[in-house]
Amino acid sequence: MNIPFPDLRPVTPEIIMTLSATALLILELIFKNKGVLAFIGILAAAAVMYIMPASMGETFGGMFISDSYSIFFKFIFIINLILTILISLRYIQRQKAEYGEYYSLLLFATAGMMLMASAKDLIILYLGLELMALSTYILAGIKRHDVKSNEAAIKYFLLGGFSSALLLYGISLLYGMTTTTDIYKIAEHLKATGVTTTLLLSMILIAVAFLFKIAAAPFHMWAPDVYEGAPTSITAFMSVGPKAAGFAVIGRVFYTAFQNIQTDWTTILIGIAILTMAVGNILAIVQTNIKRMLAYSSIAHAGYILLGIIAGTTEGLNAMMTYLFIYAFMNIGAFAIVIILDRGEELSDYEGLAKNRPLVAALMLVFMFSLTGIPPTAGFIAKFNLFTAVIKAGYTWLVIIAVMFSAISAYYYLRVVMNMYMKEMKQEAAIHLSPSLSLAILITVLMVLIIGIMPSMVIG
Amino acid sequence: MNIFGLFDGLIGMQGSLALNILIIIVKIAVVVGITMLHVAYATYFERKVIGHMQVRLGPMRVGPHGILQPIADGIKLFFKEDIVPDGADKPVFKIAPIIPVFAALSSLAVIPFFEGFVIADINIGLLYILAMSSLGAYGIVMSGWSSNSKYSFLGGLRSSAQVISYEIAIGLSLVGVMIMAGSLSLNDIVKAQQQHWHGMYLIPQFIAYFVFLVAAFAETNRAPFDLPEAESELVAGYFVEYSGMRFALFYAAEYMGMIIMSSIAVVCFWGGWTMPPVITNAVPAIKMVPGIVWFVGKVYFHIFLYYWIRATLPRYRYDQLMALGWKVLIPLALANIVVTAIVKFMS
Amino acid sequence: MLSKLFFGYFAVIMVALSLLVITRRNPVHSVLWMLVLFFHIAGLYLFLNAEFLAAVQVILYAGAILVLFLFVIMMLNIKVEITAERFIGEWPIGVALGLSILMLIYFTTSKLIQGPAGQFSIEAIKAETHTKALGKVLYTEYLFPFEIASLILLIAIVGAIVLAKKRG
Repeated sequence: MNIPFPDLRPVTPEIIMTLSATALLILELIFKNKGVLAFIGILAAAAVMYIMPASMGETFGGMFISDSYSIFFKFIFIINLILTILISLRYIQRQKAEYGEYYSLLLFATAGMMLMASAKDLIILYLGLELMALSTYILAGIKRHDVKSNEAAIKYFLLGGFSSALLLYGISLLYGMTTTTDIYKIAEHLKATGVTTTLLLSMILIAVAFLFKIAAAPFHMWAPDVYEGAPTSITAFMSVGPKAAGFAVIGRVFYTAFQNIQTDWTTILIGIAILTMAVGNILAIVQTNIKRMLAYSSIAHAGYILLGIIAGTTEGLNAMMTYLFIYAFMNIGAFAIVIILDRGEELSDYEGLAKNRPLVAALMLVFMFSLTGIPPTAGFIAKFNLFTAVIKAGYTWLVIIAVMFSAISAYYYLRVVMNMYMKEMKQEAAIHLSPSLSLAILITVLMVLIIGIMPSMVIG
Repeated sequence: MNIFGLFDGLIGMQGSLALNILIIIVKIAVVVGITMLHVAYATYFERKVIGHMQVRLGPMRVGPHGILQPIADGIKLFFKEDIVPDGADKPVFKIAPIIPVFAALSSLAVIPFFEGFVIADINIGLLYILAMSSLGAYGIVMSGWSSNSKYSFLGGLRSSAQVISYEIAIGLSLVGVMIMAGSLSLNDIVKAQQQHWHGMYLIPQFIAYFVFLVAAFAETNRAPFDLPEAESELVAGYFVEYSGMRFALFYAAEYMGMIIMSSIAVVCFWGGWTMPPVITNAVPAIKMVPGIVWFVGKVYFHIFLYYWIRATLPRYRYDQLMALGWKVLIPLALANIVVTAIVKFMS
Repeated sequence: MLSKLFFGYFAVIMVALSLLVITRRNPVHSVLWMLVLFFHIAGLYLFLNAEFLAAVQVILYAGAILVLFLFVIMMLNIKVEITAERFIGEWPIGVALGLSILMLIYFTTSKLIQGPAGQFSIEAIKAETHTKALGKVLYTEYLFPFEIASLILLIAIVGAIVLAKKRG
């Protein structure tokens, strides 16, 4: 029997990623210094980034597609990976969680995200999602002797498993209606058959699973606990990577497979987006733990980003992607500051930081301004760009709501700034500086400022 | 033939339905009867063989050279009181001994004893046997738990961990044979071996055979892997609370397991009922000997091996047992699969 | 006719067994009922001429996964488990929810369509054997998902070791 060998060129980035992840598992035996592993991980990521633009194409019988859409998302995932490795290098040592598997799992999770972004078949999409999710469950619980970390892992795992089940259920209904799992063929089929209740049910089930991954309300319950319990570096990783991957698949599946019920899913997503912005922004106000606050903030951001999907235009989609790109830098930057402080998890830890550590405080100020969306930071550009696209699509009222919630968000972001600059110092804040962490902060702050000043870099 | 095809066949032939069923029942009766007889005398020969190896005589009292000993044992066990402990979970306790016997007897259905004689020639025979042998663990776990006794419980825990671990090794070791034969049907595997001059996968698959043999000893809880029933520590392990007929069932299941594992070894590695072509070509007269003779002879050799090793080797420690299974046998079996697959791919 | 009878038997018994699994107070009994349930699932596979899946169902689910379940459950203090408060105080709500989902499924599944017959008819499978047919599809058409699934299993192993192994 002669089996045609599949064209591997489009999957080379994924192959390099998984091979390096597997190699890291073995190399852990050889290298006692885990920094070497981190370095190899970064090298692998860089190699993937270098090779990615050349990987356009479809392969494996149309199950996998590498197009500009997926490549853009993959860039976000790789940036997320590199920044996470940089910020976790010393941090996990401090947390006594320095296992070689840590880096390997990060790479595996990224490979999963890349597969999600490139999936043209629902089976690949599901498997990529599981690969990503399983790795993040483990990473969330990698501080094994920490009760909160365990709680985070188990909560994330149980709810994640539940959402996967819903996704599978939705996929199975979709398969039952169309007898295919290929996203583009499903779209063709559904155009011919028209709208049915089964289709709506399947869309809702799939939407719930994806919304869980991006932590949109009312499927956000896991996020604060998991973000708080997981090691901070993993929190940073989770708040960007899986979220971006979730948006990637929402964009792909909803814009293609569910094209003919666009009005239906837009209606649902509008409700979800408003609820998400409300829950994220309002509950963030009452938080005293900065990781929980950032968790709610990331929920709120998921709400803004959803607007890009709702817009239903290419412009909206582009704005969403730009937003995620910028969000990666500003969010990981903020978490990097949390990591740099010896005690930086409570809001009260930031009181008087400006007097004690003016540079750290200034950097945190930049990230908080950016997350709020205050010019001249990148966060402003992201929001401005997104809201313009949504207005152009005709949802002016939605943007007004979003801006209102944005204004609310200023309260809790700027409270951190207020704590740093206006409150009296209680005790000297110790910091843990390492070259890699400084590099990560340098990259993020530069990106936040440069994009803020020269938005033409990413827009257009 | 497909499993369901067998069923179709039964129903399809309306006229000869009764006859078909009759033939199958007779086949089953013959196989089960002969196996039970073997089980009884396997205990006798075990005591005899080990006795002689240790310069003793073994059973001598009942009949000439104790030849009627198993029958006396059987009658005694049959009439003994069936005691159920007070704190036991009664339904589970009562069902537990039946499961391994059921699993072992069901496995017999697919073993080809000689050319054309097999109760059900299904195309996934090997998988079916693996499935049945994996169920044996339930008898152990259930009896260990339901007896409400610490000895039983410890024996049950040890044994289930052991059986599950070594099942992987058994399954993987047989994959090499599956790859070479290109089939899961035991009949086809025997016939495929006739394609080679040596007529036995024992020669190209010697690693797999080694892994299989070691794992089979562990799977049947036999020495040197008899920790679950380590008589010097746990009295009799998971079935310490059993008595009478139920005790006998566990005992019978263990010996049936030995016979089945030996049969699989013979079918998969020793060419089943056939002799190597190199011998039959040299001495054509050998072809006149019925296949069952070779099959039974090879099985007897393996059963003798069980006794031999029991009389020779000391018991493993538990951690050694697990280390051997996971760190030696499974990697060996995996390597064997890779090599076999590459060789098959190249040729 | 006969096949309908068989399917009816499997369907009814499987529902009954599932109910037994979730209603037993003793978790060991639940697992044992689940074992019987798995056998019926294997039977259903046989019924569909998928004997490879049937065997794998027994080997993996009944022979490996469920034994490990039992292994863990055995270590629980069953006497406490039996008398402990259940989480099913709000069972009427659960039943109502379950029934409404059942209705939803009933109405939606009627919309499902039958795809065009593929290359694997019953005769083709019988001629080629189920194992071979499955292998061919798995290693050609579905090679890519197969590989990803293997990665997922690898992660699961790594995760179990990372989270459970003692470190010196």
